[in-house]
Amino acid sequence: MVELSVLQQKFGAELTESSFRDNRRVDVPAAKLFDLLSSLKSDHGFDMLIDLTAVDYLEYEGATDRFGVLYMLLNVTSGERLIVRTAVNMPDPKLPTVYSLWRSCDWLEREVFDMFGIIFEGHPDFRRILMPEEFTSFPLRKDYPLKGRGERHNFPVITRAGS
Amino acid sequence: MIETEGWHRTAQVEFPIVFVAWLLLMPLTPVDNLEAESAEREYVWTLNFGPQHPATHTTLRLVLTLDGERVLNAVPYIGYLHSGFEKLGEHLDFNQYVTIVDRMNYLSPLANEIAWHHAVEKLLNIELTPRCKYLRTILAELMRMHDHLLNLGTTALDLGGFTAFLYFFQQREHIYDIVEMASGQRFHTSYTRVGGVLFDVNMDWLNRVRKFIKEFPKVYDDVDRLLTKNRIFVDRTKGIGYLSPEDAINLGACGPVARASGIERDLRRDEPYLAYEDLDFDVVCSKGGDCYSRYLVRMRELLESLKIIEQAIENIPSGPVNIAVDSDMVLPAKPSVYRSIEGLIQHFEVIMPNKGYDVPREQVYAATESPNGELGFFIVGNAETRAYRARTRPPSLMHFSMFPHLIKNHQLSDVVAVLGSINIIAAELDR
Repeated sequence: MVELSVLQQKFGAELTESSFRDNRRVDVPAAKLFDLLSSLKSDHGFDMLIDLTAVDYLEYEGATDRFGVLYMLLNVTSGERLIVRTAVNMPDPKLPTVYSLWRSCDWLEREVFDMFGIIFEGHPDFRRILMPEEFTSFPLRKDYPLKGRGERHNFPVITRAGS
Repeated sequence: MIETEGWHRTAQVEFPIVFVAWLLLMPLTPVDNLEAESAEREYVWTLNFGPQHPATHTTLRLVLTLDGERVLNAVPYIGYLHSGFEKLGEHLDFNQYVTIVDRMNYLSPLANEIAWHHAVEKLLNIELTPRCKYLRTILAELMRMHDHLLNLGTTALDLGGFTAFLYFFQQREHIYDIVEMASGQRFHTSYTRVGGVLFDVNMDWLNRVRKFIKEFPKVYDDVDRLLTKNRIFVDRTKGIGYLSPEDAINLGACGPVARASGIERDLRRDEPYLAYEDLDFDVVCSKGGDCYSRYLVRMRELLESLKIIEQAIENIPSGPVNIAVDSDMVLPAKPSVYRSIEGLIQHFEVIMPNKGYDVPREQVYAATESPNGELGFFIVGNAETRAYRARTRPPSLMHFSMFPHLIKNHQLSDVVAVLGSINIIAAELDR
């Protein structure tokens, strides 16, 4: 099991740890995220990125940051799991890509961008994945209404004559 | 290694003249340069595959770059079935959202329900009754068979073997009947509830499952004889879509796809949930990493699932299937809601938005081994009866994202073999 004190020695005391049920989480400032993740991969054997997702804390009680981004890591050999959390804020939500560490982040980062508008710098093929290219909003943000903003009705229709 | 095999095969079967041309060319051109060079050639053409194509089974779209019949590159486009499930999950309560979760992997709806409520129960810290654990285990394994049966059947169908598909589909009908007997619904069952299931099963149901277990091995043997050593089937799948163990880990493969590449990982054994701890079963692995290995792993898992169901059905404990009603966590039985004032009050205690569950302001990730791999749910609670964020970790997304890697340098006709072997469900992929 990776000890927090070992990580704190390398990355400073801003790293905090918490746990809930059997989930173990490490919170890290965005500036140190990439170094921490690459150290976790190379030195502590977290060789699989299970999931990468984000949460919009706009309406969350007591939240200080706008977005939380979560990296769910797994050590395949030992079965140990670790969730690395970081926070990004408007107006410039940006994080470095982890494509060089885990190629499984390819579509996951694209999805987080598509749904939350968080930009992953350095991603080799960065574009929307689930929503169409011409879509302008980010649907999983809390300020986006459930019924949409009328995109369906204003969608460009290709007619036989116009094609 | 595999590339040359692929050329050789096509050349022999389909293009004798091209084969001679290749023989002349091959010693002169190193394999590495060949790909880059042929990408620039003018006769490289683009083929749009899907989203409406019989072999994609659902709405998948691939844009293939072809050199003759050889696939140089494949770019998947997804999102055709995106329907905002995760957004809906933020507006429906824990019991309502189960109807949506059902529709993710529609080949094994109950497996999704079990995964969703597994995560919810972890968030709410609910310990299920022993009977419910066994019942859900039986259903989860039936769903694994359900999923594998369709996947194996349609893979064979796409590769030209129609009989196996029909044999397996008949068995799926039996599972449909079993599920209908338990939940009243064949397909989108919405059977699980927080802290239990909709209603308990009876002796007839158990006997129906026993009958199925008894009859299934015969059909399995038939299909095994039809496919496993079938020359055409083996030629179409062996050495196709190779995934090395390192790539499997790096690309996030899970479930049968990872196990076929030699990754010994099964959440049922590694992080036991439900009743899996008490039951004896093997984790099926293979070292091949190709489509044929994935076929073999799925075939053997059918038998392992059968073994699990057999043990669970004989050892299913009696007692209540739901947790105690006075915990205010579980919906009371319908007769008591309609016929007694206490039942009605209990019902409202769970249903009303201002009452409901005691949800902590916390977040939890919980995963189960679904037929396709690790199906995880990440839930953020905000002291409301619905999730603040309901993230699904779909195995199909990871598997489809590795598709370009798997298909590179194979033939166009191998696209369906690889697609079949990784079992992409578009509804789960796009959510």
